[in-house]
Amino acid sequence: MQTVKMVVTGPFSAGKTEFIQSVSEIDVVATERKISSKAEQSVKEATTVAMDFGRITVDEDLVLYLFGTPGQKRFDFMWEILSEGMLGFIVMVDSTRPETFREARSILETFRAYAPTPYVVAANKQDIEDAWDMEDMRHALRLDSKTKFLPCVATDKDTVKSVLLELLYNILAEMEAGG
Amino acid sequence: MALRGNLRDFTITQLLNLINLARKTGTLVVDGPSEQAYISFREGKLAYARIGQEDGALATVLHKANRLTVNQYRAIVERAGKISDKELGLLLINSGYLTQEDILANLQGYFTGVVRRLFTWVEGFFRFEADMLAPSDRINVRLDLENIIIEGSRQLREWEQLQDEIPSLEMALKFTDRPLKNVNLSVEEWRVVSYINPKNTMKQIALTNKMNDLEIRRIVYGLLQAGLVEMTRPEGVVIKQSPKMFPTQDKDEQKSLVNKLIGRIKTL
Repeated sequence: MQTVKMVVTGPFSAGKTEFIQSVSEIDVVATERKISSKAEQSVKEATTVAMDFGRITVDEDLVLYLFGTPGQKRFDFMWEILSEGMLGFIVMVDSTRPETFREARSILETFRAYAPTPYVVAANKQDIEDAWDMEDMRHALRLDSKTKFLPCVATDKDTVKSVLLELLYNILAEMEAGG
Repeated sequence: MALRGNLRDFTITQLLNLINLARKTGTLVVDGPSEQAYISFREGKLAYARIGQEDGALATVLHKANRLTVNQYRAIVERAGKISDKELGLLLINSGYLTQEDILANLQGYFTGVVRRLFTWVEGFFRFEADMLAPSDRINVRLDLENIIIEGSRQLREWEQLQDEIPSLEMALKFTDRPLKNVNLSVEEWRVVSYINPKNTMKQIALTNKMNDLEIRRIVYGLLQAGLVEMTRPEGVVIKQSPKMFPTQDKDEQKSLVNKLIGRIKTL
């Protein structure tokens, strides 16, 4: 059995677990804990402390694993471990929480520094009225025009699929460019 | 859609950067700790600003800059209260009291000063109103934001925040397509700029300029904020692809595997 993996990262409560849940054929193995911080409790009750783990079987010889990183900064020691050997990564950003954009930029730059692997950025919760405009987010996240920045609703399988596909097209394009 | 938030999470320099890069037109309304500020922009350039109880009128600006005496100011406010700033400006120019350049320089200085005051605000709500334009009865300016952004960025002193913004000094820098002209840089900033090249990592630039991690981060942060440079992977550095990435090292098999993944995701 051959396995490959992709990593879904992003700030606390960006929607990483939901993203993986939307396409995983198994119930996501989530290592969640009750949140102790009151500020974070107001956003959600439990968070991922080690990783989420989803699976998509391609055929009898090939399986894609999706790993979600813990969003809280104090678990960032896990990021490098999870990024080892990844095909590419997705940075999830909550479009309704500009207070997390700085952290999203930091996570993106950290992952870019780990490995020269392709990536895309997904603007989650674009269906909500309070969501920031994509173009404003692109500037706020300091994404250049070449970076694929995609609208997404983590609970909607179709948008999750299109984010995964765009990442795979990026991977393919870089392979073609590299010969 | 919403462009709103809290200054605690999104600083004034970051907002100015966004407005600059997106070439926005409208007014940024900031509810600070004790007063409210209105900063208007046209196509990403500063057009007008007022704060708190100050009316931002030409007479007030000239008076604060000591270009009008108290008596002159009072006379204008009492007797010419209904004329617009543009009319007042023309009267002052035609009477030979001030030149057009004087008036514009004073307005620019005042508006920039208002923005500078916002740099000290760390708490407060902001919102960008695209429909709210600079008041038509006031004289608008067209001031590039880069210098203001760099100045605001210099005030960022917190190590932790700088580390968040620039987590790795192993990345390189490259210039964006924005021209580097009329930008007021310090000697240290120019020293960094002169070494910017996708082949040089920030760590190398810091070493060459004998700067510590904090100093290089602070300078690079200002340049990033002003949209003058962007981070990139260093050129010429061969980073080995992890052998764990693909179960096979054969390039054709790798491509075939990615195509299989694409096919599978499409059928989900």
